Amino acid sequence: MEYRIGIDVGGTNTDAVLVDENMQLVESIKVPTTKDVSSGIFEALHRVLEKSKVNRNNIKYAMLGTTHATNAIVERKRLCKTAIVRIGRPATEAIAPLAAWPGDLVEAVGNHYYLIAGGHEFDGREISPLNEDELKKIALELKGRVESIAIVSVFSPVNNQHELRAREILQEVLGEIPISLSHEIGSIGLLERENATVLNAALVDVARTTANGFKEALAREGVTGAKVFLCQNDGTLMSIEYAMRYPILTIACGPTNSIRGAAFLSNLENAMVLDVGGTTSDIGIIAQGFPRESSIAVEIGGVRTNFRMPDLISIGLGGGTIVREENGEVKIGPDSVGYRITEEALVFGGKTITATDVAVRLGLAEVGDKEKVRNLPLELAQKAYDKMQEMVEEAIDKIKTSKEPQPLVLVGGGSIIVSNNINGVSQVVRPQNFGVANALGAAIAQVSGEVDRIYSLSEMSREAALQDAKQLAIAEAVKAGADPASVNIVHVEDIPLAYLPGNAVRIRVKASGDLI
Amino acid sequence: MTKIDVQMVEDIAVGAALLGTGGGGDPYVGKLMAIQALKKNGPVELIDVEQVPDDAWVVPAAMMGAPTVLVEKIPSGKEIFKAFDSLQNYLGKEIYAVIPIEAGGLNSMIPITVAAERKLPLVDVDGMGRAFPELQMVTFHLYGVSATPMVLADEKGNSLLLNTINNFWTENLARNATVVMGGSVMIAIYPMKGKDLKQSGIRNIITYSAKIGQAIREARKNGDDPIEALLKATGGYTLFKGKISDVQRRTTGGFVRGEAHIDGIDQYKGETMAIDFQNENLIARRNGRVVATVPDLICTVDAHTAAPITTEGLRYGQRVFILGIPCDKKWRSEKGIATVGPRYFGYDVDYVPIEELIKG
Repeated sequence: MEYRIGIDVGGTNTDAVLVDENMQLVESIKVPTTKDVSSGIFEALHRVLEKSKVNRNNIKYAMLGTTHATNAIVERKRLCKTAIVRIGRPATEAIAPLAAWPGDLVEAVGNHYYLIAGGHEFDGREISPLNEDELKKIALELKGRVESIAIVSVFSPVNNQHELRAREILQEVLGEIPISLSHEIGSIGLLERENATVLNAALVDVARTTANGFKEALAREGVTGAKVFLCQNDGTLMSIEYAMRYPILTIACGPTNSIRGAAFLSNLENAMVLDVGGTTSDIGIIAQGFPRESSIAVEIGGVRTNFRMPDLISIGLGGGTIVREENGEVKIGPDSVGYRITEEALVFGGKTITATDVAVRLGLAEVGDKEKVRNLPLELAQKAYDKMQEMVEEAIDKIKTSKEPQPLVLVGGGSIIVSNNINGVSQVVRPQNFGVANALGAAIAQVSGEVDRIYSLSEMSREAALQDAKQLAIAEAVKAGADPASVNIVHVEDIPLAYLPGNAVRIRVKASGDLI
Repeated sequence: MTKIDVQMVEDIAVGAALLGTGGGGDPYVGKLMAIQALKKNGPVELIDVEQVPDDAWVVPAAMMGAPTVLVEKIPSGKEIFKAFDSLQNYLGKEIYAVIPIEAGGLNSMIPITVAAERKLPLVDVDGMGRAFPELQMVTFHLYGVSATPMVLADEKGNSLLLNTINNFWTENLARNATVVMGGSVMIAIYPMKGKDLKQSGIRNIITYSAKIGQAIREARKNGDDPIEALLKATGGYTLFKGKISDVQRRTTGGFVRGEAHIDGIDQYKGETMAIDFQNENLIARRNGRVVATVPDLICTVDAHTAAPITTEGLRYGQRVFILGIPCDKKWRSEKGIATVGPRYFGYDVDYVPIEELIKG
């Protein structure tokens, strides 16, 4: 028998699971997440191996979903000094790189940027030829001064030639310095894509340390034959080499791991997933087996970015959410007793009315001592429950894309507070092992590749453009470590460009496949 | 006299996005440029139309083309001045002040940048009182003001001077040139004298935009209902409150057409609304009956925050509040309705003012 280990770092707990080659759960463990993140991961790894007692030589894959990258950006620590080369002059001069960045983050990545001639139009024509002489000068100037480079060229999602050539020229002088290319990171929207690319470049060292630390920990535990992967935020995996090139794609992999895990546990390819924690709940969508992506700009550490992020709605409702009555009105939250629920909630002998107490009072959940909520007025409990239900229903409505009722998979420790009868939901699924859905999501993940480009349909048919995008997405998935024979197209979307004749269309395609 | 500072720019961006009735693009890039120009040059002076001498020249400054292109190919920052200066040279007259052509996310911001950099006043007036997709759809056109001479300029330094036989030709030629020039250009257009502006412009539109943005901002800060604040600031009518149940889109001739379907909530439970749009919202039907049409304003905002939602941003499940605002009376003339009424956009619907429709 061969095995996989999946580890997921959450805000409160770090979970680890061991599954066999048939994807059956063998063992699971939860340990508190540590401030440095790494020691919690090592502890979870150690304990799940101890508990399961499987032969460590039979562990073939090890997957890690971690918050290292997010923490580094939020704390402005361990970031590489990064040079930004923006190709697009004379366009783009009106707004300088890093213009809308918080001062302390600019300081953390350094304020090295260059604007040079080049870049393309929306239909692929050149704005100007790439200024290669200028690039050579920049390379010499940068030698020894920065640890990482971000290259961004105007409309590189349409034509990436200038970014590729610029990397070649810089590497001739600077050798093996990490270089992030914007067309591989984000989509249309120069400032947001540039921001994402700079953050990616600045995170290269964080990814390297994280991956090496995980590999060493595995070796220490005697796991020497496993292939190691990091989780990305679309619910798929990337090899260590790939992760070091695209570390930003690890941001928000936790919720997507939950969504993937929920889909796996429920056997549903299309469903909504509600992950109820102690303080908040996340709701996401699984479409054709993958978490749906957000289509709007997302802020990371105070910076607007447009790289791929999961489409999630968070609501301030969890098992520990505080319920109050004020002037005859019932109020739900927004505060919560959080992890102190086992001391403060009524059912555990505490003095605070929580969402969990309401559910127990109404006989909908069995937790703690139900005698202890006997004095909670039934009418109050019912009113509170109706409000909680409304919050869940509204969030469900917001995330749905069609009127049709869809199944809802409930995961997370707080999910007892949600009823089985919800408007807009065809069926509520409560899978076994719902508490470690996230680590399972990491363990069972596939690998993927995607493209997001603008095509001009005056020169090619829509079919030809879609075909081209699909092939590029498949090639990306294979590059990321997918078995070519198993790669499938899982998502296709095309959106026309407004206010322009000439039929330009933006196409997004995602492909995924099994681990090789 | 009013000075436009950074806070007022933020307010104008929100208010103009609302008056953009779903169109007009994301103001983000324009706002960064405007704020940068204010930080460098200090606040911009906002003057009333009556302060413009009758024989002084004013020029609207704007962006033309696809907002999607502008957010990728950020301007060089020089093209609008190239357009502006070329037009001034051709006219052989000093330009006295700058004006916005429309109230819309992006084009409410460009003139602020020009006014700040050129140390010119901005006049509290525009040519639409809302946003429209085509160049002849301005009240200036109704009063016989010519869109040309007009200059289009790109970031490479190309500029194009147009002199046309009428404003429909201007739209057609300029739109096609925009594609060749890279999909997004800056324009100086409809040069006119103070006396023509006083007759043909829509007044107080910038202070109106700022007032709307300010009302929403303050309501949120004070914990008041931003929808109430919005209604009060605009004097508009509640058309509907509901949740988006379906959005259909298709492209024809470079414009995105579509319909949004909304299921009623709260006092509108059990009722439906359908909104037809072509970039901007054009017709609102409640339970199948027309309750508002272009050129009156049909504005969609988030039902909780009152944040304006563009037609591109409409998504299933959003809780929305639909607001109707009477358009400027200039649009209600025969020529106005012929230019921007429902029939111009291809709908078999007659224009009836919203005040009458709302009575039922």
